[in-house]
Amino acid sequence: MLFCRLATTLGTFDISLDKLSDGELWLAQFFRGLSDGATYASLALALVMIYKSTGFINFAQGSLALLGVYLVYVFSVEQGLPIAVAVVCAMVASALVAMFIERTFIRPFPPNNVLPLVIVTLGLLLIIDSAVGIVWQFRTRSLPSMFSDSAPIQWGIARLTWRTIGNLGAVFVVVGLLYVLMARTKIGLAFRAVSSNLESAQLMGIRVGSTLGFGWALAAAIGTLSGALVVPDLLLEPSVMLRVLIFSLAAAALGGLDSMVGAVLGGLVVGLTRNLLVTFLDLSELALATAVAVILVVLLARPTGFLGTVRRERV
Amino acid sequence: MNFTAMGFKSSQAVADTQNTQDTQDVDLLQCDSEYLKVCGLRAAYGDVGVLHGIDFSVAKGQIAVILGANGAGKTTTLRALTGMVSTEGSIRLAGEELVGEPTAEIVRRGVAHVPQGRGTFGDMSVEENLLVGAFVRNDKQVRSDIAYWYQTFPVLGERRNQPAGSLSGGEQQMLAIARALMLRPSLLLLDEPSLGLAPMVTRFLFEQLKASNAIAGTTMLVVEQNAGLALSVASWAYVLEAGEMVLAGPACELAVNDKVRRAYLGY
Repeated sequence: MLFCRLATTLGTFDISLDKLSDGELWLAQFFRGLSDGATYASLALALVMIYKSTGFINFAQGSLALLGVYLVYVFSVEQGLPIAVAVVCAMVASALVAMFIERTFIRPFPPNNVLPLVIVTLGLLLIIDSAVGIVWQFRTRSLPSMFSDSAPIQWGIARLTWRTIGNLGAVFVVVGLLYVLMARTKIGLAFRAVSSNLESAQLMGIRVGSTLGFGWALAAAIGTLSGALVVPDLLLEPSVMLRVLIFSLAAAALGGLDSMVGAVLGGLVVGLTRNLLVTFLDLSELALATAVAVILVVLLARPTGFLGTVRRERV
Repeated sequence: MNFTAMGFKSSQAVADTQNTQDTQDVDLLQCDSEYLKVCGLRAAYGDVGVLHGIDFSVAKGQIAVILGANGAGKTTTLRALTGMVSTEGSIRLAGEELVGEPTAEIVRRGVAHVPQGRGTFGDMSVEENLLVGAFVRNDKQVRSDIAYWYQTFPVLGERRNQPAGSLSGGEQQMLAIARALMLRPSLLLLDEPSLGLAPMVTRFLFEQLKASNAIAGTTMLVVEQNAGLALSVASWAYVLEAGEMVLAGPACELAVNDKVRRAYLGY
């Protein structure tokens, strides 16, 4: 019975040679994939920041980004600020909210026991998502983008838009700034020490709580940016970031969970794969499932992803 | 049995101070000379008590050693001093109470702790490890201190850009000690520095510790199973058994004590 249905479903796949040999379509999907990938990459970066420093995945990262995007909406559409200014304001505001949340809901739990913390982040996901739904209702809105949809470069249907360029550029700027922050500043040094060995970091006089709070703030700001990049292509409604979160989780897992460069690579790969699968296999209903499949395959075959750290220690 | 001891007092002097043991108010004169003074220290992991009210003290500039078998509570004593285990009692550093303070704040008062297993930052370079060691310092001499430690432990200088996790056990212990001294601590706690190291490396490390103590006047409290070596560098020694201090005295006296010899020196 199941097989019959599967066969019929497979039969309806429209894999025509026309499509596959259409160079412009490939290029068009390649550009779209890069654009999507960049947004997954930025949320994946936020996930990696928290994972690196605490050893758990913050499932509320998407919800913090959702809150951030609604703040972008409030600042830009309702208050009339220019969109770029609205995004910066929302990044700062969501960073403050994240610091408050870390202080109130995360810090009371011992940092070396991960399971209760993961459950707290799952609870936060549900609470923030419903709170956003209550405040802004479950209707869809559209959000302006920081980057125009006009295309400076165009081959037939393949358009390399300013938005694609802007999304990619934003991610590379974020990675660059994060690199400088981590490698060159004292707070970056503290953050890396806490990520590497919590107890030793304490023994160096590092205040672990405030360092982790700083990580939460930074991750939330990056998450808000990612929302501001991705939502203009979709519609703003309270579940919009949940889908993005799943693709970003796949991206982070693919990159190895603790590697920032890996998160960006993973994001781009997931964005490209998703667009190509959807276009050439008509898999739009299964797009989310492919993300979950990526997570599964990575965890089974190569838990450290592309660039994750293999813990090596000599005694 | 409780002992309060300081500096080079004789065993008789130790016995004399026993009468004033259990009073809570601390003799101010004693506090001046006893840099670290611990009274009635209890520590527990959950319901399991490990330390049952121990008293000890270390004089300024002294190297003191705590001997004891596995499970006696040596590591727990050090962890209690830096607030890493729930603690009752009194720990005074230069007269200031440390019990109840978070670890980072205790460290900021000048207490460096080299934990058992070294606790180096394995994925950070040797140099970054040393920089983190000086995290709470704001002076301009951090670079020259790093250069000093590269001179003292040349192997660290050769591997300054390698991840600390790739160093051998002995090299990591050197790094852990250098990193702790980057704090320029007034009190250094060392948990089993000889564990898993070749005898030659251990001897070299202890010589360096003794040199640091002589040059910078750093007060040191060492927990050690290698009793012979520890007693040779320390001036004062304690013996911890099952969470209680059972013996205290000058290191040279304990080294010839029959009980200590049989139990910890093995002859």
